[in-house]
Amino acid sequence: MSTLSVALTGNPNTGKSTIFNELTGARQKIGNWPGVTVDKKVGIIEHNGRKISVVDLPGTYSINARSQEEQVVSDYFKTNKPDIVVNIIDASNIARNLFLTVQLMENGIPLILNLNMMDEAQRHGIKIDMKKLEDAFGMPVTNTVGRSNKSVRKLLDVFTNAVMTNYKPSELINEHIERVHNIERSGLSPEKIDEEIIAARYDLIDKIMSQAVTVSAAGKTLTDKLDSFLANGVSSLVIMVVAFYLMFQISFNWIGQPLADIVGEFFDETLVPWAAEAMANAGVADWMRSLVSDGIIAGVGAVVNFVPLIFTLFIILSFLDGTGYMARVAFIMDPIMRRAGLSGKSIMPLMMGFGCAVPAIMANRALDTHKDRMISIFVTPFITCNAKVPIIALFAAMFFPDNVANVVFAMYFVGIVTAIVMAKVLSSTMFKEQQSTFLLELPPYRLPDPKTVLLEAWDKGKGYLIKAGTIIFAMSVLIWFLSSFNSDGMTEDMNESYLASIGSATCVIFAPQGFDTWQAGAAAVTGILAKEAVVSTMGILYGVDDELSTEDEDVAESAETMMATGMGAAFTPLTALAFMVFSLLYSPCMTALGTVKKEAQGLKWMAFVFLYTTAVAWVISLVVYQVGKLLGFE
Amino acid sequence: MTLDETKTGMTVRIDSLGESALKQRLMTMGLIPGTRVEILNSAPMGDPIALRLRSYNLAMRKADAASIQVTEI
Repeated sequence: MSTLSVALTGNPNTGKSTIFNELTGARQKIGNWPGVTVDKKVGIIEHNGRKISVVDLPGTYSINARSQEEQVVSDYFKTNKPDIVVNIIDASNIARNLFLTVQLMENGIPLILNLNMMDEAQRHGIKIDMKKLEDAFGMPVTNTVGRSNKSVRKLLDVFTNAVMTNYKPSELINEHIERVHNIERSGLSPEKIDEEIIAARYDLIDKIMSQAVTVSAAGKTLTDKLDSFLANGVSSLVIMVVAFYLMFQISFNWIGQPLADIVGEFFDETLVPWAAEAMANAGVADWMRSLVSDGIIAGVGAVVNFVPLIFTLFIILSFLDGTGYMARVAFIMDPIMRRAGLSGKSIMPLMMGFGCAVPAIMANRALDTHKDRMISIFVTPFITCNAKVPIIALFAAMFFPDNVANVVFAMYFVGIVTAIVMAKVLSSTMFKEQQSTFLLELPPYRLPDPKTVLLEAWDKGKGYLIKAGTIIFAMSVLIWFLSSFNSDGMTEDMNESYLASIGSATCVIFAPQGFDTWQAGAAAVTGILAKEAVVSTMGILYGVDDELSTEDEDVAESAETMMATGMGAAFTPLTALAFMVFSLLYSPCMTALGTVKKEAQGLKWMAFVFLYTTAVAWVISLVVYQVGKLLGFE
Repeated sequence: MTLDETKTGMTVRIDSLGESALKQRLMTMGLIPGTRVEILNSAPMGDPIALRLRSYNLAMRKADAASIQVTEI
């Protein structure tokens, strides 16, 4: 028998992803819809001896092709004829959810209406008579309980039992379709036609609701009670600050860092000695040993170290998003963000930016307008991502040993302030003519499904792992090569290497900032490949043999090691500060630049981000150095 | 009055949406003439506002709400 094709469709916040995850388990492939940056998720399963392919269409409120998501769903139905389309409905929000249903029916799409979260609907005083709903539409109606595996498996039986043949659209639906055709032929303006049709759809929904659904006034729901302090007035901002403080404590100190230490220890104490010994035993050439130990393992290890921190942060953010709290954060932050030229919805991407700019830039897809999206993409790289932390940690420990915490805090602050100021500048110059809007559903608070939270966090964070395996790997080889060779072949003296030539050529632009050494120039160049490379390049260039650890307990030791090298003399506290500021703000890494190109849809935007962030960094570090000098610091 | 002039706790009926770039998106979200809307709460400094309509909650900025004519019920 042929494969049964099933498509899942529905509004955002209906638990559609959870049902998809429950149906397909880990057997899902995530790809991309052609021409757009929307994830395409497909899973193949077998049930009752029948192969079923399930595709999870992006969550949309309609198929009017106004957003990328809507475009994907609308195109999908134009070019594909799935055997069954399951329309997932949040039962507690049935009236608005049915809008998409009606629109799909108008297009003759074979639907199963699946009511999800019926228990929640009942608590809200919404009673749905499934039989009457079936009759009103003339299509099968099923129900699932959010996370119950059993109820989701029951859906599979419905798929394989060929139920679709028993149904045909009701009289009510046929009348509606006739009405829509009449509006389309009415000769009104296209906008007017669209508006009349939208009104006709809600008219039909009201009729169906009155037949099959009773809504009784339920008292204040839990969501109402929570919103009265989580999303209301100034107190909500205080709660948000506490929540985010806890989030960063958990990600960076309580859970993420201890896990990172374990990973780091494994690399330093197990993998490196093991590889060294294995290569020594195998009689591998010296240059190859140096490449593997100093180049690849050290480089990849430096990245893998951050993986636990980033995943912990993303798991917490995905969890908060799943509960509905991130929508409230967008709501309460909008007044502040709006004044800075951003949208409240930029909060999620900016928060992710503290982990890694790549998924953070991608998260800007959720923003409403072109203006909001572009500005948010352009300022996200200023946020201090995880890979920049070692730069601050090492420099602070070296040149400000008595003020490490203050310097680190100040650097994070510089990143945030620069992002806000630049957002304001961009919104009142380049994007002055464009509109910004903010329309956001505030879904009921829910306890998210753990599997869905983990899959989402994995989805956001996996790019980072891939980066460690590909770009960092290649970059480690490249830096090793550049620092070990020159046009005459392999060189012992790094001052003669290709990297020294590149560094000398670059560092002239840093003369006004006082850190125009070739090592600083080389570190800045390799930092564009990956920010992790700034510290490791410094280490290599100042001749430190061991990998420099910038973890809390080791950073003082690393700082001492580095101070003893030429680096201690190459920087003064003031030039170190200027260098830190420059490193934090200048061009995002290659991977992030590639993401900008994809998300902002244009090579010119990538070039723009590269140039303007570097210019901003150059100017601010110049101000830091020159003002510092005027004030008598060195 | 217009939707941005309402106060928390009011219940209003939508009379017309007026002309705005958002009009069709608002209608798709269920804001059409005749719809009952309850004003729930607001962000710090009073803007955006949270509304309940058709059993769900929707947030919008006052600037976007200014073109929507409503009557208190």
